[in-house]
Amino acid sequence: MAYSEKVIDHYEHPRNVGALDKDDGAVGTGLVGAPACGDVMKLQIKVSAEGIIEDAKFKTFGCGSAIASSSLVTEWVKGKTLDEAAAIKNTDIAQELALPPVKIHCSVLAEDAIKAAIADYRKKSGKEEAAE
Amino acid sequence: MTALGTKPCPKLTRPAGAPVYLDYQATTPCDPRVVETMLPWFTEKFGNPHSRNHRYGWEAEEAVELAREQIAAVIGADPKEVIFTSGATESNNLALKGVAHFYREKKNHIITVVTEHKCVLDTCRYLEQEGFKVTYLPVQTNGLIDMAELEAAITDQTAIVSVMAVNNEIGVIQPIAEIGALCRKKGAFFHTDCAQAVGKIPLDVNAMNIDLMSISAHKLYGPKGIGALYVRRRPRVRLVPLITGGGQERGMRSGTLPTPLCVGFGEACAIAKAEMAAESQRLTDLRNRLLGGLRQRLPEIYVNGDLDNRIPGNLNVSFAFVEGEGLMMGVKELAVSSGSACTSASLEPSYVLRALGVDVEMAHTSLRFGLGRFTTGEDIDFAIDHIVDAVEHLRAMSPLWDMHLEGVDIKSIEWAEH
Repeated sequence: MAYSEKVIDHYEHPRNVGALDKDDGAVGTGLVGAPACGDVMKLQIKVSAEGIIEDAKFKTFGCGSAIASSSLVTEWVKGKTLDEAAAIKNTDIAQELALPPVKIHCSVLAEDAIKAAIADYRKKSGKEEAAE
Repeated sequence: MTALGTKPCPKLTRPAGAPVYLDYQATTPCDPRVVETMLPWFTEKFGNPHSRNHRYGWEAEEAVELAREQIAAVIGADPKEVIFTSGATESNNLALKGVAHFYREKKNHIITVVTEHKCVLDTCRYLEQEGFKVTYLPVQTNGLIDMAELEAAITDQTAIVSVMAVNNEIGVIQPIAEIGALCRKKGAFFHTDCAQAVGKIPLDVNAMNIDLMSISAHKLYGPKGIGALYVRRRPRVRLVPLITGGGQERGMRSGTLPTPLCVGFGEACAIAKAEMAAESQRLTDLRNRLLGGLRQRLPEIYVNGDLDNRIPGNLNVSFAFVEGEGLMMGVKELAVSSGSACTSASLEPSYVLRALGVDVEMAHTSLRFGLGRFTTGEDIDFAIDHIVDAVEHLRAMSPLWDMHLEGVDIKSIEWAEH
């Protein structure tokens, strides 16, 4: 399968690989996917007192598209409010990376990872919204 | 036609920037010695081997018959028992459908193995839809069948038992001689898909009691588009043909024979036969070098399938905590294949590895290395360096590797499967 240049760029030069302290109250961690399905993403966000995502890190087990999707979203969420980050759609990710149909699930997983990280942060900080 | 053993194995030069080819179970390059013997049969000697009226036909027929002898010689058969086909897929179709249809009034049962090539499994499914009963034998964790299970499965209704000699993904060698002896004793025909075996391991249709054998030319440095089916004459195996027409190939496979392909196929068999022993040793050394190099530098890697009962040119390894397709992308300097779901159209990980009982997680992390005639020690060292770099790079960004280092059992986590 031929990959888009953007996927190759993120795969070869992944942005924001690493980990944040999961016990830090300002950090939200999302772990989605399953080893049996061939992809697992761990996305972490660090949220400022003003509610802005000031840092993001990821680790991903998966194919090139899964790694690229998670690398991309760490770039996108930085500087955003939680609501703005939660509004990122998998279709935006798929479009940006020119993912073929068979790889759409990688972008879905990246969207799930953001939502899971935000939910974790909100739960820890007691800012869980009634709607969630 | 070349005199055997007079021409040394040539070197193939790789185009600049092309990846190192380590996928010899997918296909092999045509040996330049093979190509050389084929060339005249495209142009000046273009006759139809079935034309009986002039020299063009006679010389083509002679060339085809010599090729048939060369193919027969590598499996210990009589040339009359070799039927040319378009490849192993057609041969497997012809063997299974041909025997099943011919003997359908007397017998309705077929036995095969879950790790067979898709063209055998799919043909068996087709025959099931026609009303035949098919037993799919499981394999043990080393990839080999249990002879007691085979014996228990054979009944007086069993028309044919089909077991591949060498598996295309994991390279393991089934106990062909034992299977042949058992089938002969029980009165069932024994078909074996030898696409990955011919020219790689010694085969003898008589000593091994093989009744039908599928062969592919392009897996042994011959041209693509041709193969053969060995069909035993004594005791006679009868087939209903798939392709009818002019009655060529003893009526079992009509159609004009492609003389250049037949000639190349024959030459490929002759070379393989002459060089098998030395090549086998050379490839075993190369494979040991590959596995040794990987094991020395990488923890948590696992060989899939039996390492002893295996052709020298195959190695299938799971690199725990690194997904196979992601890994292939990291070793783009190498042409290899993976058992990962992401590389298959179905998004399911390798059914062969699953049949061995390899965890689905580990099946996702496997790479298949196929070594062959033009693989060098330099290629292997190059491959080791690139694989080690890629695995280390990907493990550094794998959440599963972190969990492993922290002592977390990945199986203890409740994953949300998607």
